[in-house]
Amino acid sequence: MTDTFHQEITQALENSNLGGALTRFSEAYRTSRAKAYEGVDFEAVRAQIAEVKGGAAGRFPELTARFKEEAEKRGAKVFVADSPEKVRNYILDLAKAKGVTKVVKSKSMASEEIHLNKALEAAGIQTKETDLGEWIIQLAGQKPSHMVMPAIHLTKEQVAEIFSKEVNERLENDIPKLVKVARRELRERFLEADMGISGANIAVAETGSLVIITNEGNARLVTTLPRIHVAIVGLEKLVPLFKDIAPILKALPRSATSQLLTSYVSIITGAAPNVDGSPKELHIVLMDHRRTEMARDPVFKEALQCIRCASCLNVCPVYRLVGGHVFGDVYTGGIGTILTAWTGAMERSKEIQGLCIQCGSCVEVCPGKIDIPGLIVEVRRRQVKEQGQSFVQKSIFRVVNDRRLFHSVLRAASLAQKPFEKDGFIRHLPMFLSGLADFRSLPAIADKPFRDEIRAIQQPKGDRKVAFYAGCLIDFAYPGTGRSVVEVLNRAGVEVVFPEKQTCCGAPARYSGAYDVAAQNAIDNIQAFEGVDAEAILSACPTCTAALRHEFTAALKSEGLAEWLPAAQKLADKVVDFSSYVTKLVAEGRLTVEAGKSLSGLTYHDSCHLKRTLHVSREPRELLAKAGYTVTEMAESDTCCGMGGSYSVKFPEISAPILERKLSNIQKTGAGTVAMDCPGCVMQIRGGLDKKGSPVATRHVADLLVDKVRRGY
Amino acid sequence: MFESFKSRAEAVSAEVHRFANGSEASRFLSDFLVREGVADQPGKRAVWSAAPEFPGIDPGSFAGKIPGLTVDVTKEKAAEAKVGISAVEWGLADTGTLVQDASDVKLRLASTLPEIHVALLRTGRIVPDLQALLPSLTPESSRYIAFITGPSRTADIERVLTIGVHGPVRLVVLAVDGDPAEKPAERRPS
Repeated sequence: MTDTFHQEITQALENSNLGGALTRFSEAYRTSRAKAYEGVDFEAVRAQIAEVKGGAAGRFPELTARFKEEAEKRGAKVFVADSPEKVRNYILDLAKAKGVTKVVKSKSMASEEIHLNKALEAAGIQTKETDLGEWIIQLAGQKPSHMVMPAIHLTKEQVAEIFSKEVNERLENDIPKLVKVARRELRERFLEADMGISGANIAVAETGSLVIITNEGNARLVTTLPRIHVAIVGLEKLVPLFKDIAPILKALPRSATSQLLTSYVSIITGAAPNVDGSPKELHIVLMDHRRTEMARDPVFKEALQCIRCASCLNVCPVYRLVGGHVFGDVYTGGIGTILTAWTGAMERSKEIQGLCIQCGSCVEVCPGKIDIPGLIVEVRRRQVKEQGQSFVQKSIFRVVNDRRLFHSVLRAASLAQKPFEKDGFIRHLPMFLSGLADFRSLPAIADKPFRDEIRAIQQPKGDRKVAFYAGCLIDFAYPGTGRSVVEVLNRAGVEVVFPEKQTCCGAPARYSGAYDVAAQNAIDNIQAFEGVDAEAILSACPTCTAALRHEFTAALKSEGLAEWLPAAQKLADKVVDFSSYVTKLVAEGRLTVEAGKSLSGLTYHDSCHLKRTLHVSREPRELLAKAGYTVTEMAESDTCCGMGGSYSVKFPEISAPILERKLSNIQKTGAGTVAMDCPGCVMQIRGGLDKKGSPVATRHVADLLVDKVRRGY
Repeated sequence: MFESFKSRAEAVSAEVHRFANGSEASRFLSDFLVREGVADQPGKRAVWSAAPEFPGIDPGSFAGKIPGLTVDVTKEKAAEAKVGISAVEWGLADTGTLVQDASDVKLRLASTLPEIHVALLRTGRIVPDLQALLPSLTPESSRYIAFITGPSRTADIERVLTIGVHGPVRLVVLAVDGDPAEKPAERRPS
């Protein structure tokens, strides 16, 4: 990560207008989106969209040909262009041939992608954006910071200033008045323009139709008033059949702006008459620009299912802090990161891909069913493959993968900080390490790793056995949680075994794009657990659980190690998280949870991987309720705490405000304890609360249950 | 169906009025144009895109009664009109949407440029949703199908909803019952 990029981030974080606007928006969006989807089966709608668009992506040549045939049959001219340059030249040549001097545009991200305005202006053609947001940023000389609301980063005061300059009069900071100014100023431009340029949200091959979805009514004017209409359409907008527009029209307004339908949907099929009765000159430019290449890519083909609703931005905990000028290029946020890697500047994509914290919030709301964080990791993986890992990263993984060495290095580091340690925390680190503990205290490293402790625990010989996968944090920092896990299981008559050769789950390597390391971690762990006599492999860390359950196979596949897949699948089938397994023991009657007396109120934090990868959120709450805790829900309980493994080391400046928000949501509940299932979240949240001097206790669910369960049979 | 249409349309700031027949609607329209100050002056005129015909409402019957009202819809006239009148084909109950085959450019001029768009809708042509309407849409022969849901709007400055950007500031729907035997959403001949 370059220093300039960190400076960009810092500037964005210091811009309180930006953070305030985006935070208010993300809060409102959660509620308004849910309301817009009331009575709609979102899973069914997005399954349809994914099928339609995924299917279309596999048939671009055929659909392109059909679209061209159908649209041209009805008087349009269709030009298929593979590069941005060809699109620009086609439009410039057309403008020249037809004597065009004035262009009005409605919003088109495809035109932003190819920097069309610059080319038109350079050719001496007056070009006016007419979407209010686009016009604002055009006047300000900026890029859109959001795909749906391009000027969301600007305040009304800033807009008033921008407009005042344009119209040479001092305007008030009054939004309705500013909107009127735009209406007045742009009306003349619509009426005098020779050419209207639009994008399209959908292109239907069966009929040659373009579907344009807007709210302001500018696209209706752009496509009606000027004698020439040019539509720039990315190939990913193609759908085979006219009926395929239905699920997209259902999801796009709801996901983008929480509307049941936008004010206007225009379906243009061929050349409609001009205002003077002559037939419209309609040119449709179907733009490839690497989309065919993406469609052939087994992983990135999925990104073509995007309908550009920007909901991945609206729910992203990082986007709402830094905005789209930092987290993006032309396209912004999560999907923007993927699109930038293909259609934008490579250097920019290398920087912004690191901003994804992998919390998975976007996966839940994406109407195209795109695994956005998964594709971003794939961007990382390919960049690492191309450039190799840095020396530092290589050295780190060498240490991390050797558990004994890792523990002794951590322990040595921890001991060196002994003067700074108090109550099991390291609060200040000297010099270059200080960034790590700036906003949270770090846990002291245990003298003895859990792998050594467990051997000393006297366990009853049970009739059932479970193999414990500790993960680095329980092994080295929180062995107490490991003891709680063993004790809870022992009470149910379950014996816990600890395969000594277990190593890192590979999540750190995978998130850094180092798939060769992650695949080796998978193999080492498969071997460590092979032949171990146990009915389940249990972990009390959701990130590890998710890695063992889902990511081993993914890493092995990606590295071409197919011979390991059956063993990886066998292991995956046995993997379970702590709360789910305890719930099962209770259901079987092996374990009884007893309500404790006079317990403090409690709130529960959903860890990203537990909630969104493993789909577990009810189980821990029910166990805690059985144990006598009153669980008060916090706001945004399933929003990331900002830990993200090494993310908090790479971007402490982003991790800190995400944590701050989480802490404030915890404190607002008034609960004396915050519970969670993830030791990584424990580290982040406990460290943050300690740094604040908060009396709220941070506890792993295992530690809260340990003295409230007894043998149930 | 009408009630659902009305409440959805009103939720997005459209004004909805229902009439038993065309003559009732005509009376309302005439009063409305007078009330809105339609006159033969720039910015105060009204344009009426008279084709296709709307059963029971005859623009000819307004001739001479409302100065400034014309059925000769041109770009220039629409640009200086306060009110634009046009008929729509269908209504969608679940979103309060009007659907118009706007291939005829006059329909678009009357519904995009003036401040107020008065839309004439047959109540019997309200269908439950897009899914129900799809078989009736004929993109093969309709060059420009327009879905209209409420007036023009934006939230591009500080996400504050503001009505009336480039399109109409008001959308007034006159829903006319007419013949109860009419089959809803019949397929138009292509």
